[in-house]
Amino acid sequence: MNKRATRQDDYEKRRQHIKDLTDEQLKERFWALAEKTVNPLIDLAYKNTTPAIERSVVLRMGFSSIEAKDIVEKTIKHNLISKGAGHVIYRLSQLEKITIREAGLTLIKDQGWDKVKKSFEVSS
Amino acid sequence: MKANEKLDIREILKDLDKYEPRRRGWTWREHVKNLEMEGNYYSDASKPLKNSVPLPAAKYFNNIDPQPIQVITSEIASGRFEDDIRRMRMAAWHGADHLMVIRTAGQSHFDGLIEGTPQGIGGVAITRKQVRAQRKALDIIEDEVGRPINYHSYVSGVAGPDIAVMFAEEGVNGAHQDPQYNVLYRNINMIRSFVDAAESKKVMAWGDILQIDGAHNANATAMVAWKVMPELMVQHAINSLFSVKAGIKKENIALSTVPPTAVPAPDLKINLPYAKALRDFFSDYKMRAQMNTKYMESSTREATVTHVLNMMISKFTSADIQSTITPDEGRNVPWHMYNVEACDTAKQALIGMDGLMDMIELKKVGYLPRIVRELKERSVLFFEELLEDGGYFQAVEDGYFIDSGIYPERNGDGISREINGGIGADTVYERDEDYFAPVTAHFGYNNTKQYGLKDNESPASLIGGSTFEDRSKIQYIDELDPVDNVNTRLEEKEKYIDSNLIKPEVEWLADGVIVIDVTLPTSIRYAEAAALKIAENMNLLEAEVIHREVLHQAEATRIQVKGKVDFDIKLDELTLAEEPDILSDKEIKDFLENRDIKIVAGTVGEDEHSVGLREIIDIKHGGIEKYGIDCLYLGTSVPISKLVDAAIETNADAILMSTIISHDEVHYKNMKKAHEYAVEKGVRDNFLIIAGGTQVTPETARKQGVDQGFARGTKGQHVASFIVKKLKEK
Repeated sequence: MNKRATRQDDYEKRRQHIKDLTDEQLKERFWALAEKTVNPLIDLAYKNTTPAIERSVVLRMGFSSIEAKDIVEKTIKHNLISKGAGHVIYRLSQLEKITIREAGLTLIKDQGWDKVKKSFEVSS
Repeated sequence: MKANEKLDIREILKDLDKYEPRRRGWTWREHVKNLEMEGNYYSDASKPLKNSVPLPAAKYFNNIDPQPIQVITSEIASGRFEDDIRRMRMAAWHGADHLMVIRTAGQSHFDGLIEGTPQGIGGVAITRKQVRAQRKALDIIEDEVGRPINYHSYVSGVAGPDIAVMFAEEGVNGAHQDPQYNVLYRNINMIRSFVDAAESKKVMAWGDILQIDGAHNANATAMVAWKVMPELMVQHAINSLFSVKAGIKKENIALSTVPPTAVPAPDLKINLPYAKALRDFFSDYKMRAQMNTKYMESSTREATVTHVLNMMISKFTSADIQSTITPDEGRNVPWHMYNVEACDTAKQALIGMDGLMDMIELKKVGYLPRIVRELKERSVLFFEELLEDGGYFQAVEDGYFIDSGIYPERNGDGISREINGGIGADTVYERDEDYFAPVTAHFGYNNTKQYGLKDNESPASLIGGSTFEDRSKIQYIDELDPVDNVNTRLEEKEKYIDSNLIKPEVEWLADGVIVIDVTLPTSIRYAEAAALKIAENMNLLEAEVIHREVLHQAEATRIQVKGKVDFDIKLDELTLAEEPDILSDKEIKDFLENRDIKIVAGTVGEDEHSVGLREIIDIKHGGIEKYGIDCLYLGTSVPISKLVDAAIETNADAILMSTIISHDEVHYKNMKKAHEYAVEKGVRDNFLIIAGGTQVTPETARKQGVDQGFARGTKGQHVASFIVKKLKEK
């Protein structure tokens, strides 16, 4: 599994370019490198979502954990997760002029999905 | 809540569907500048408690219980949260104000929230009902001790964001959150872990939940624990900075840091430079000082010493939260008394080192700063190579982390995870341009403009508020499993709840576990077998050796065996030892304001013991002289007649006779003699006759005709109280 070869401690050789930095400069360098490492990770998080994130959204909209799990699984099945599971519920409530709770429970009963998909222009 | 009443678990479980947490967010202790307690001045102490159990030696200091400035953690999770609640009360009374609940094995792989109250293994199933019950109990307990208690568990696994939302709704105060933990130790897909983590952290930020990271696990996992030091700083930095970018304020981000090595290594020489380097680099963040668990064995003494050394490091550098590890963790899931011991160890050590850094300072030249610098450079070099090789994900796949070489040394034994592998792989979805989530505290891209919202308007306003604005929207689930739940467990233990029956326990009500500690004059293998035989002869069930210690390989071995007893004790059938009836110093002194008391004292018979009686009398031992009682001490081997005659001559109020030698009941015979001699002289009503000694039983003493007997452990205050009470009656 491990792809890295073993290596003797070559610290003395490697440190040449940082050995003359002041402690403050060394600290700045450490945090600048951390920034470069973390930025692509946070960017990834910004642009993407997951079933857990969507469940957490649906929970916050006033559904139980069991309901949230069901709604999110169905959202994935209907190819709508990139819109947001909470968005699907919200959209149905708008289309049907019903409450958020009613919309979610409708979706759990496998109803309303076609309407939502049509409004998002998502095909099955 | 009265101190002498038990917590009513059923009352706590009642109406949990309606429970609302009284606050959100973390609470630090309140520093009291130059706190004075009984003439002692403390530099680093916090506001004292309303109710607590002080350290044993506090009885010599009028029972003061100074509390250190650090928040003190106790980890409590036996598998049954209803029993843990009682242990939380014990820990809080011993100084813990951060109660951490470990999750049951397997919860991190559970895709969603667990509901109800199933029994856990090695931890507790963290559910909304369980969280509410424990938070509700802590409301009662914090009122009782007079200090806010932080409640804490874990936001990790494949349901991190779900749990974070539940924690924010339920007023959980602290949580572990570190995607690297998922990746390295739970083999959860790394992309999924980081994407989830940003949402979890944003939710935690809304809940003002203090975050603790998971980097310390590298130390517990690595083959050569202390060599991961440069990497640990990298791990801390990744999680800390990622958290800041997800929205958590720096003062709510705590690094979980462990002194990586332990004795017989030169503990401080390795651990102190690391602690210093870490605090230099992470000066903006909080420190949660964890204790070393990597080298814990079954010796609770050894673990305790390691932990005290760990706390020296906390004092030499800094710790905002001092974690405690129970000294029995090396041999079993922690027991009640070890949580309490660990809290006491922390309190004792930290108060013992109060003001340390006002007196000494760490050297600025020589070994310490040289190693500090080296560790920092090594961590910078780690980051440099990680970036050259393609960043964090690639580095994990390449086995960069948990390698047992001290970077840049590499031993090729790190943990490697595939970027597209692990649990939850391929469950990350790119958000479309019209992606939308109508809730508060949602991280990342959220197209609210399509519904006419401005940048500063809450997405939740479109649904009339989310559960974060309106908690009546939370859907509470009580139980899902009709059998595996708290009600069934309580029914099984019904006969022990608030009843006349008790049984020993170490973790669960009436678990029946006791420990026997035996020293046997033989080698370890024979001693172990003999100890089990002893347990069998004592009718202990499920006996198991939990600790072996060679005193000498031929001369003796110490063995500790745990086992269960299968009988109950009925409280109403017990004969209770008499409680000493003590007056306060003030009550005694007040009585002496208006009346002098005179006593004569001596060790009677052919008996040269003097120490015990002198301790009862002498002012320098806190004896009765300190109240102003006039004492005539006649010495040792005093004949009974001489003692009584002296009492008559001086018109004494009492005779204090010490009788240590007890063979052939000579001590009781002398008491009888003293009583009869006084009767014969017609003076028995003129003074009290009080007898004391190591082998004296008060009841038997009184049968000899003396007024009172005092046994081992008697103090001047007991004797003075007795005399004053008797004189008041006259």
